[in-house]
Amino acid sequence: MVIQSEVKTTEQDLLRVVGLSKIYDGTVKAVEDVAFSVQKGEVFALLGGSGCGKSTLLRMLAGFETPTQGNIFLAGKDITSLPPYQRPINMMFQSYALFPHLTVWDNIAFGLRRDGMAKADIANRVESMLSLVQLNQFARRKPHQLSGGQQQRVALARSLAKRPQLLLLDEPLGALDKKLREKTQFELINIVQEVGVTCVLVTHDQEEAMTMASRIAVMGGGRFLQVGRPREIYEVPNSVQVADFVGNVNLFQGEVTAADATCITVRSAECMHAVTHSAAVRVGMRVSLALRPEKITLTQVLPLADDNWCVGEVVELAYFGAYTTYHVKLDSGMVLKVQAMNGTQTNVIAVGHRVYASWHTLAVVVLTQ
Amino acid sequence: MNNAFAKSWMIAVYAFLYLPIITLVVYSFNASPLVTVWSHASVKWYVALMADDDLISAVKLSLEIAFLSALMSVFFGTFTAFALNRYRRFSGRTLLSSMASAPLVMPDVIVGLSLLLMLVSVQHWLGFPDRGLFTILLGHALLGAAYANVVITSRLREMDGRLDEAAMDLGCKPFQVFRLVTLPLLVPALVSAFLLTFTLSFDDVVLSSFLSGPGYSTLPMVIFSRARLGLNPSINAAATVIISVVTIGVIALSLYQARAARQRKREMALVYSESNQNT
Repeated sequence: MVIQSEVKTTEQDLLRVVGLSKIYDGTVKAVEDVAFSVQKGEVFALLGGSGCGKSTLLRMLAGFETPTQGNIFLAGKDITSLPPYQRPINMMFQSYALFPHLTVWDNIAFGLRRDGMAKADIANRVESMLSLVQLNQFARRKPHQLSGGQQQRVALARSLAKRPQLLLLDEPLGALDKKLREKTQFELINIVQEVGVTCVLVTHDQEEAMTMASRIAVMGGGRFLQVGRPREIYEVPNSVQVADFVGNVNLFQGEVTAADATCITVRSAECMHAVTHSAAVRVGMRVSLALRPEKITLTQVLPLADDNWCVGEVVELAYFGAYTTYHVKLDSGMVLKVQAMNGTQTNVIAVGHRVYASWHTLAVVVLTQ
Repeated sequence: MNNAFAKSWMIAVYAFLYLPIITLVVYSFNASPLVTVWSHASVKWYVALMADDDLISAVKLSLEIAFLSALMSVFFGTFTAFALNRYRRFSGRTLLSSMASAPLVMPDVIVGLSLLLMLVSVQHWLGFPDRGLFTILLGHALLGAAYANVVITSRLREMDGRLDEAAMDLGCKPFQVFRLVTLPLLVPALVSAFLLTFTLSFDDVVLSSFLSGPGYSTLPMVIFSRARLGLNPSINAAATVIISVVTIGVIALSLYQARAARQRKREMALVYSESNQNT
């Protein structure tokens, strides 16, 4: 189940990781044989649950962990064995790790002073960083005198101050509350794009990964499960694990009963599925079918099609304003999650109603793993 | 009923702790030369104290030793704690970690005696060091370093390791990390380690008795030897002076800390109201 992104070396590749593994105490495989490359200016997200190896991978890029195997190349140079203080990489830490005994100004200047930059240049750089994150009037404050959102911006300014070739973001929004997070997400990505720095981002939040990253690697068990653009990961997941981790999904278990070049038929306990799919499947094969909740239509009239619909009773309903989610209990016992936008339907479906759930032949993804 | 029990228990504990000290302070103002008989109030023992050159030079020596040995203790304690905390693997680590805390559990008599034996043979072979200030310092620093190590270790443990990583990430070599990040953040622990080891040294009798030479009597040694010859009210006066100095110091420190805490709280509240206005 190893899915590796293609490792092609092009002029554009800023970061290239080859066969990277981290094994603790000879047995615990935190990261296993990971390979990828990140182009200049790209924002690359490592997405996964806790313990999937994403943080270890990031720490190897930063230089805090030594890989057991493999190499890291930055702009064509092998940096695998360089200590953190010699890498042109900076990191924005989870919960920021701002120096509590230094002011905002000194926190941002910290890295510049280590480089032996001239005083006037340091002052200029710090001022421009402060304007970038709009914190000029807070320069003389200590970190504890700032709100969470302001601390986050100081951390960003500090990690950008040295103009790193690569910026690492470790759960950049993890310490903020939900409302602030949405606002900050866009601020952060605007700043990153304005500076034009290449980013590797670690997160467990798929929404965060999708809004911020140009490409996402979904990780599980120390490996890359799938690498692709946000749309690909969401629309065409390559395994049950990825489909389940990224967003909500309904999974049918079934058996292939017919297959031709473009269309296959799958029988599951719930209904017959006709799926437009090009995956290599044989008749008689057991497969999983992934169906996103928002691709299902609920009606109270019998659908015309032969396949791709089933019938059940609405057992739960949650109104979210813009949309409503329904839990429909099918006769097989499976509970189907359905999401429908509000505002257009005239006949309102309520708990206890018997409904037909139907979907398009393109809506389902066949998963063989 | 429970409350009444708790209150009387508290009073009993405080009485147990402070009644002897209060008695001592009261009797230091007693005019009678007999320690146990009250005649009338007087400050004559304080006047006698001023003229007591032995006692005054003992106080000076004790302060000097306490100050220097506390400095040495904090210095050695810091580096031991740092090495044990930040470097997980080096040869002799287990030995160092157990040896660093050995003086805590070893009886002072044993430490004092073994140090004395060692110093005597060192002096025999090298002609150095004579017993006196230096040897007492050595003993106190040995004991103090163990205590300082404990205090500083606990602070290092609760310190966020990511700060070190952030410093390294921004270009600090390991020693720069220590100098620019770890050390400034350790200051409160260094101060309390200093105060603790200063106090330890100031009231140590056992080690000093073993390690001192002629002409080097610390304050506790002088008090101890005089008390053996019969209680002398001027000792009460000396003790009262020490107690006053300590009490004033402790009160000043807690006032300062309370003020700093209030200040910090005010600043946090300010930030909170600002961020509410912004959103």
